[in-house]
Amino acid sequence: MTRAVHITLLSALVAGASVVAIGQQPGQPAPQQPPKQPTTVELPPLTGESGGTPPRLAVPDLLALSNDKETQDAARVIAQVLWDDFNFEREFYMIPRDTYKTIPPAGSIDTVPYDRWRELGADVVIIGTVQRASNGVRVEMRLYDVKARQSRFGREYTGSVANPRLYAHTMADEVHQSQVNLRGVARTKIAFVSDRNREPVAATVEKRDVKEVYIADYDGVNARRITINRNLNINPNWSPDGRSIVYTSYRSGVPDILISNIYAGTMENPSKGVGQNFLPVFSPDGTRIAFMSTRDGNSEIYVMNRDGSDIRRLTNNPAIDSTPTWSPTGTQIAFTSERTGSPQVYTINVDGSGMRRVSQESYADRATWSPAPFNEIAFAARTGPGFDIKILNIASGETRQITFGEGTNESPAWAPNGRHLAFMSTRQGRSQIFVVDRDGRNLRQITRDGNNTTPNWSQ
Amino acid sequence: MRKQRLMIFAVLITLTISACAKKQPPIARPMPPPPVSDTTGGGVPPPPPQPVSEPVVVPPEPIAEDAIAGKSLDDLNRDSPLKPLFFALDSSDVDADGQRVLQENAAIMKKYPAWQITIEGHCDERGTAEYNLALGERRALAAKNYLVSLGVPADKVKTVSYGKEFPFDPGHDDNAWTKNRRAHFVITAK
Repeated sequence: MTRAVHITLLSALVAGASVVAIGQQPGQPAPQQPPKQPTTVELPPLTGESGGTPPRLAVPDLLALSNDKETQDAARVIAQVLWDDFNFEREFYMIPRDTYKTIPPAGSIDTVPYDRWRELGADVVIIGTVQRASNGVRVEMRLYDVKARQSRFGREYTGSVANPRLYAHTMADEVHQSQVNLRGVARTKIAFVSDRNREPVAATVEKRDVKEVYIADYDGVNARRITINRNLNINPNWSPDGRSIVYTSYRSGVPDILISNIYAGTMENPSKGVGQNFLPVFSPDGTRIAFMSTRDGNSEIYVMNRDGSDIRRLTNNPAIDSTPTWSPTGTQIAFTSERTGSPQVYTINVDGSGMRRVSQESYADRATWSPAPFNEIAFAARTGPGFDIKILNIASGETRQITFGEGTNESPAWAPNGRHLAFMSTRQGRSQIFVVDRDGRNLRQITRDGNNTTPNWSQ
Repeated sequence: MRKQRLMIFAVLITLTISACAKKQPPIARPMPPPPVSDTTGGGVPPPPPQPVSEPVVVPPEPIAEDAIAGKSLDDLNRDSPLKPLFFALDSSDVDADGQRVLQENAAIMKKYPAWQITIEGHCDERGTAEYNLALGERRALAAKNYLVSLGVPADKVKTVSYGKEFPFDPGHDDNAWTKNRRAHFVITAK
């Protein structure tokens, strides 16, 4: 595969930069097509100095071109978040930021002290500026090739100064896409359930805290509550467009399926209170929802259209069938069944044909099917007193384990690029959300407040 | 004057004593006729007949049951006469102890036919959050089905599964797990 790498040169300080909304984030700053000069120069693919090793990347603080505190803070925050975002995907060797504190900031974005960066062993460095603009800030960043002494990639963003992290996340995703052909996850979000508000459930004499659905950036920052019904709300699942979350809500007293359209502020109830309905998951195209229901007297798997029409029952067995997940193509569903005596993961075609058991555990649940190019199903398997996360390679039939008995580890959820998993673990005592790479490395805890469970990663 | 009065008094007493002492034969006399009530009005209504009765022995009040009837729903549920039943790990089978509990609960429910109840199915933390939703539903249903088999009307009993979301004991040991694997009864209307 050949890959043309283009250098995009920013036209110098073109006036009249416009603001465009980023993805699904109304009200937030937005990636904007930077003013481009049609000059492109071929550079060799980005590699480390010795080839085959990851390129060594440095991200010094951005240069604040305005003296106010917000701008100065943004300059530092953007660089740190950029460093973290790149570190997360492991495509670059990240040179620790404290080793280049002494390198003087470039007086302007065009005066890069290449020799100093070369001395440090950097292959690439991101240099940027933050400047007050009429309606917020203007952030300009470029990725420089230290050896070639050229810019490989550049972007200019304008928008609010309220969330400078978003400029970093956007830049990180764009650099990953343009430089290493990777779909990064820096702008993705994780939905989860939390009892952090410590509000008591109404209409019970028992001591119970409400659980509400929250969303946060993929790194756990900017957590926001998105349900307010003061009851039990569990099993959140993102729509593929990132604008809706479907979940199990006990708002009416019994479990039912609700969809919150989080940027429109509206709700839908596709299952309309028929029976008791749990564990909804959007199909990859967002048009259908698979779920578990006891409406016919036993836990079975059903599929319906997003508006609740055309309900079809996929399983018909006196055992418990539960916890559906879609294959990336939307043609199959993996689910849990205890028809052989213990909960195991099965797959079935969406037309109800071709069912087969795929797990061989003492207890397995919460299958979650990885996106392409990986063809894997992650699940929680009982490995002792608690559970661990295991990953089944569907083609080879081999299973590997990525957590090892620290607390219980449940509810895995893939990142949209298939390189990471979020899951719940009690290894620190309470239930918290962690993320880990698909090889079990790079474990990070992303929640700390209250108990946090059942993560789901946006597309 | 004063002497004269005394004299008259003494004579009167003497006369009276002599009259009482005199023995006289009994004389049969007809009973006066019963008064005829005057329905045309104008007459005074007669006094009602004297009721004749013995005090009725009232059995002691069933204090506990009266307390149940008089309690608010919240108070009832705080110290519920309907007891929970407990389950083995990964199981929704109602064992002998559970059957006994359900028999007692069924008897109470028949005594208070207006009650509506919800049976909550709960699980311990040793199952997964997701699968426990189905298992909790199983446990609640198993309890309901047994109650119905004992003659409790099915429409009086709802079920809801909370999986392992609302443990009764937040501990992480056998003692806590035993308490948390349960079908829990909530009275929702009376």
